[in-house]
Amino acid sequence: MYTQALNTREAPAAVTDPEREARFQARVDAELKIEPNDWMPDAYRRTLVRQIAQHGHSEIVGMLPEGNWITRAPSLKRKAALLAKVQDEGGHGLYLYAAAETLGVSREELVEQLLSAKAKYASIFNYPTLSWADIGVIGWLVDGAAIMNQIPLCRCSFGPYARAMIRICKEESFHQRQGYEIMLTLCRGNAEQKAMAQDALDRWWWPVLMMFGPSDRDSQHTDHSMRWKIKRFTNDELRQKFVDATVPQARYLGLQVPDLALAFNEATGHWEFGVIDWDEFKRVIAGDGPCNRQRLAARRAAHDAGAWVREAALAYADKRRRRSQAASAGSGEVDSGSPPRTCATRGIAAE
Amino acid sequence: MSEKNWPLWEVFIRSRNGMAHRHVGSVHAVDAAMALQNARDVYTRRGEGLSVWVVPSTAITASDPDDKDMLFEPTATKIYRHPTFYEIPDEVGHM
Repeated sequence: MYTQALNTREAPAAVTDPEREARFQARVDAELKIEPNDWMPDAYRRTLVRQIAQHGHSEIVGMLPEGNWITRAPSLKRKAALLAKVQDEGGHGLYLYAAAETLGVSREELVEQLLSAKAKYASIFNYPTLSWADIGVIGWLVDGAAIMNQIPLCRCSFGPYARAMIRICKEESFHQRQGYEIMLTLCRGNAEQKAMAQDALDRWWWPVLMMFGPSDRDSQHTDHSMRWKIKRFTNDELRQKFVDATVPQARYLGLQVPDLALAFNEATGHWEFGVIDWDEFKRVIAGDGPCNRQRLAARRAAHDAGAWVREAALAYADKRRRRSQAASAGSGEVDSGSPPRTCATRGIAAE
Repeated sequence: MSEKNWPLWEVFIRSRNGMAHRHVGSVHAVDAAMALQNARDVYTRRGEGLSVWVVPSTAITASDPDDKDMLFEPTATKIYRHPTFYEIPDEVGHM
């Protein structure tokens, strides 16, 4: 899902520097982290920029389906939790953009790529949130799938990405639990509330399974990403883990997973599930899901509406800088900016 | 995009009394006051900090990774800099 970018074809890069490339691979194999200033193959850098950026875009666009319910949350408690969760998603987007920027792409370029639809984001956020139960399902399943995907990314070979993921995973756990608690409350409620929970699960189940990306049979990129230790498990492995973890949770809620082929295989210990509609997946990724246009339009409108704020903030900062320079020139003092009170930061930021 | 880019700031947070400030990430901001505000919003949503520093990223001078061996390798052989290098008889007790 959040690793959907790793399924895109990367042009096979010519090995430009076999000696350095071998040394790079040896470091990766030894589980040493690659840091922004270290030498890295161009294809590794490109793959990471695309992957981290799309992950960041997914967090930012992911604020929209849930934001839709902030003003209509059923209680103050739910509203406060949902606000905090949506704020987290915004924070996650920022951690990820910062990690991508260490590879030499600017924040403005990243935003432009999202708004111009040049970059993609997770397919799941192109589905509508029709009822309050959808907020429960998103926390429980969408964030649950995200955690499944993101935990292995905490061990990703690229240091800044791995560190951002550690922070994000800690926070996602709250998201999943609050979602499941919403589902529990609905399922313990009246018949109408339980039907609402079932309806949400019916609509979201298959799109959530698609979040893990195409089947291993159709995904050519896993190879490179696995060798570089960006990715640790294949799409199908993660999807299976997710289904195995989730089916018992659905049963506890007393909900029916909308898959007639779902069956437990005693021999393998895994839940077997039906065939995913990959045509739907391709349609949504290509921009033709139920809400693709709406999501991008919302992001563009927010960006345009904020333009004057960004300009005013810069103008104000410039004015203050000029004034403080004029004041210190007038008083004969040397303006050294704002001098740090200690030199304790020396040596910290070498990473 | 025609807009002027906002400068990048590195964020350091002291998580508890008595601990050193630790690098946690970066933010974009037009000036130091906004950088502090953004750092507080992005990096301390769960009581992570008692104190925040923001430093313009351009103010940081970092060592070159290519010099890593030259800079840090020599200390690997200087094991006499560690207390365990010296033998103290057990009868002397903890030292």
